[in-house]
Amino acid sequence: MGDRSQKIIYAVFVLAVILLGWGIDNAYYLQMLIFIGINTLLALSLNMLMGYAGQISLGHAAFYGIGAYVTAILTATYQVPPLLSLPAAVCMAMFVAWIVGIPTLRLSGYYLGMGTLGFGMIVHIVFREWSSVTGGASGFVGIPPLTAGPLTFDSERHYFFLVWTVVLLAIIMCRRIIDSRVGRALRAIHDGEKAAAAVGVDTKKLKLQVFVLSAGMAALAGFLYAHLIYFISPGTFGFVTSIRIVTMVVIGGMASIWGSLFGASLLTLLPEWLHAFSEFEMVVYGLILMTVMIFLPRGLTRGLLDIYERYRKNNDR
Amino acid sequence: MNATAKTMTDNAALLEIKGVDKKFGGVNALRDIGFCLNQGSITGLIGPNGAGKTTLFNLITGVFPADRGEIRFKGRPVNRCRVHELVRLGIARTFQNVELFENMTVLENILVGLHTRTKCGMLESMLRFPRTIREEKKAMTRATELLEFVGLQKYMHQRSSDLPFGWQRLLELARALAAEPGLLLLDEPAAGLNMSETRELGELIKQIKDQGITILLVEHDMSLTMSISEKIVVLDQGKKIAEGPPRTVQSDETVMAAYLGKAKK
Repeated sequence: MGDRSQKIIYAVFVLAVILLGWGIDNAYYLQMLIFIGINTLLALSLNMLMGYAGQISLGHAAFYGIGAYVTAILTATYQVPPLLSLPAAVCMAMFVAWIVGIPTLRLSGYYLGMGTLGFGMIVHIVFREWSSVTGGASGFVGIPPLTAGPLTFDSERHYFFLVWTVVLLAIIMCRRIIDSRVGRALRAIHDGEKAAAAVGVDTKKLKLQVFVLSAGMAALAGFLYAHLIYFISPGTFGFVTSIRIVTMVVIGGMASIWGSLFGASLLTLLPEWLHAFSEFEMVVYGLILMTVMIFLPRGLTRGLLDIYERYRKNNDR
Repeated sequence: MNATAKTMTDNAALLEIKGVDKKFGGVNALRDIGFCLNQGSITGLIGPNGAGKTTLFNLITGVFPADRGEIRFKGRPVNRCRVHELVRLGIARTFQNVELFENMTVLENILVGLHTRTKCGMLESMLRFPRTIREEKKAMTRATELLEFVGLQKYMHQRSSDLPFGWQRLLELARALAAEPGLLLLDEPAAGLNMSETRELGELIKQIKDQGITILLVEHDMSLTMSISEKIVVLDQGKKIAEGPPRTVQSDETVMAAYLGKAKK
């Protein structure tokens, strides 16, 4: 992608965010869009790890949860201002990722999947059982709204702009990493770890770095989630969420920044649209995901681009 | 290209291997191997299948350590170094079965090859300092030069897996050169190439040598090995059975026996 087309895409993105933010008055729609933003952050964080570096994580909801719980505990229990709890939440998740990543990232393929799955379960159990600190299974109540100096993000509209600004920044940062020396090395690890080492990439260190980065982004999403709905419970950060993040990445498109946005949008909106099917909701949901994977195995972004290219070629003839 | 290399005397040993053993389970893959590679020379490593050539390659490039013995590069022991550290020190290689980054373009493959000669880290890539952009531009120029050297500059934006096999080999060679190695290990670079391609490869290898890069070559194509190597090392069943100039090695009786079986008395 050229520099110019990239700038155009960013401009369209910013315009869309502004129009949606000012145009929509319905609080429910705004809330949906905020959730899409948070899920985009999650999908983006996992895409860096899974789509680009080729390292699967089935426990990503754990970092999402760490971000949410750290800020909840700090702001509600200890009255720390959110501006300080944000770095604390992100750093905590990154630190945990670093500790867990050193032994876990020695694994690869299915075994890495199992390792991260186990990690996710352990963290989930800690959230549920450490009641004195986390509120246990019934959840954590009374998280304050986000304030930064004179700004208070307590209306849907304000929160919408906050979340989507963060998403835009995250997209730009990820794009920059991917297009840099580090990003190329990451993709090289994905294509062949042996060859990557043979050109001098410290594969162990780089995998750990991207794992830590990815955890930090997921924690940021967790932070935004906690201050959005003021209440968190362990159920939100369990195995199902981890799988949902993986699904967003795969459906949207592995190794595709914008794919994360599409995947997150689809998986956030689909359950809402499917309420009409009442008890068949999950069946239809599953069928739609299966259909996407069968006909667009490389995800929405690549798949739709491929269809467009084919269409253009046919028309040229 | 190789300032440090040029200052050393021409006959100094760049790589010294002394008494190296390697066992896999009960199998002695290598036994008491020792030889030197002189600065700026081309050495051919030959031997029948299973002689231990690939094992030796893997030892030199740090894939696994030797059980016993010593390997010194530029006079410093490198037994315990990991693969990527050795690339930084100046040992680059190509693979027998061509290991390119298939989902990346030809240019990107070379840029990854420049990994050890560029510095930008994770944080710096996000913040994109002027220094980062300068480095990126320099890397591009260098990558283009390398592609011109192997004649692939026209195809730099193609996916590397779309190239014909012979060109993939050239690309892998260029990628190895991007690391600015002092020692270049080529694992059967002519395998799968036709005669004219092999000849061109021979020319290219000589040009690389003229840049001051030392080359260790494993090759089954005898005409290529014998014509460009100054020294041949012959392995058989994990042992070195001969070492010397191509002419002497070719007429050596133990070598003939290893390749053709022993003559009946």
